[in-house]
Amino acid sequence: MNNLFNYIDKESPVHRLTGATKFVCLLLWNFAAMYTYDTRYLCVMAVLSFVLFAVSKIKLKEVSFMLGFTAVFVLINNVLVYVFSPQHGTEIYGTCTYLFGLSGKYAPTAEQLFYHLNYFLKYLASIPSVILFVSTTNPSEFAASLNKLGVKYTVAYSVALALRYIPDVQKEYDEISKAQQARGIEMSKKAPLMKRIKSAASILIPLILSSMDRVEIVSNAMELRSFGKNKKRTWYMGRPFKWTDIAAMIFCAFLVIVAVFLNFKNNGRFFNPFI
Amino acid sequence: MKRFSVKTVVAIGIGAALFFVLGRFVSIPSGIPDTNISIQYGVLAFIAAVFGPIAGFLAGIIGHFFIDFSFGWGVWWSWVIASSIFGCIMGLATMKIDIDNGEFALKEIIIFNVSQIVAHLISWVGVAPALDILFYKEPANKVFIQGLTSAGINILATAVVGTLLCVAYAAARPKKDSLKEEQ
Repeated sequence: MNNLFNYIDKESPVHRLTGATKFVCLLLWNFAAMYTYDTRYLCVMAVLSFVLFAVSKIKLKEVSFMLGFTAVFVLINNVLVYVFSPQHGTEIYGTCTYLFGLSGKYAPTAEQLFYHLNYFLKYLASIPSVILFVSTTNPSEFAASLNKLGVKYTVAYSVALALRYIPDVQKEYDEISKAQQARGIEMSKKAPLMKRIKSAASILIPLILSSMDRVEIVSNAMELRSFGKNKKRTWYMGRPFKWTDIAAMIFCAFLVIVAVFLNFKNNGRFFNPFI
Repeated sequence: MKRFSVKTVVAIGIGAALFFVLGRFVSIPSGIPDTNISIQYGVLAFIAAVFGPIAGFLAGIIGHFFIDFSFGWGVWWSWVIASSIFGCIMGLATMKIDIDNGEFALKEIIIFNVSQIVAHLISWVGVAPALDILFYKEPANKVFIQGLTSAGINILATAVVGTLLCVAYAAARPKKDSLKEEQ
């Protein structure tokens, strides 16, 4: 299961933070990176996230396939933005500087390219932090720590249950799918679209019906053990906060404050070098 | 049944697990390059119809969060939120349908499908693009076309998969008043 979520077990300051801390930091960090379009600040955050990688002892090689995924994704998004809105930069920055002596709707402008640079930097500032979170947070500990953040423990327990049952559901899906394929069900490109969806349903119906039985069994077992009777519960994987946790959260809150401050200073979310 | 009981907690967990597995490992090519049919929304609509809006909301948010989490391409908050809103709306719209007592005939099928179409449109053409623009300042026409495409595919998948699941589940449940006391 840990494999599924790319958790890499190591001994480092980042790993020692509790899951709750890392989740709060991730939210704050992503908020800061989403909020600002200030090129300079995005550069700083991008560099910082690679520094964090070094601190966490996660090697880039270990997460290279995730970075590859992201790179393709970013590339597709950039192309889409350009195709749909080649003058988006001009709309944002208010000026229009054609490059290479070309002009027309799809001609490259300095503003458009600058927008794409920012767009790219935005990913560079936010994605590594997510990858870092994914590879340094034990999923079970994450579920336990949600409770600490004020999420009701019944909800946190749902998260833990989801993590517990993902491998089971996956295995069951596999078995049913193989059995149905042996009976001649086709889900690949060879079958027409509607037929493909219908074949999917013929795998899903047994899967769902057995999952509903499972819901019944598990909830009966939990009810027998008086789940939900008390206001609080303890967690096997839970860990207490240390001063490093508090420091990390304060630092990330500071990142958000800087982002908001820059918003006022730049009169908007964009840093505009064209005026 | 539709209140927040232990059963709902378990249903959210297992619903999210189903959502995750179907979204992460099951891909049915739709014919359009790089676009897969997301059958997990059919399942989410079913979970919401059986267990109510809170279950739909949480199963959507947890399942989708873990999909993004495990792909490692960054958690796409705007789309995660849109998924959970879809689950929530479906739960609200189907409050009156009592699938657990085997009630899912033509009238319920129509209610279910009309509400799933509306819910998908709200989520993918309303919420997701609006949040994309708010968070990422992407060009409006790009995100709306992406939203419309996924809304279309999801509506189709939910119409077939969701309806079939509800019908099959309702048929497997004992009907209300199916047992009579002997005189």
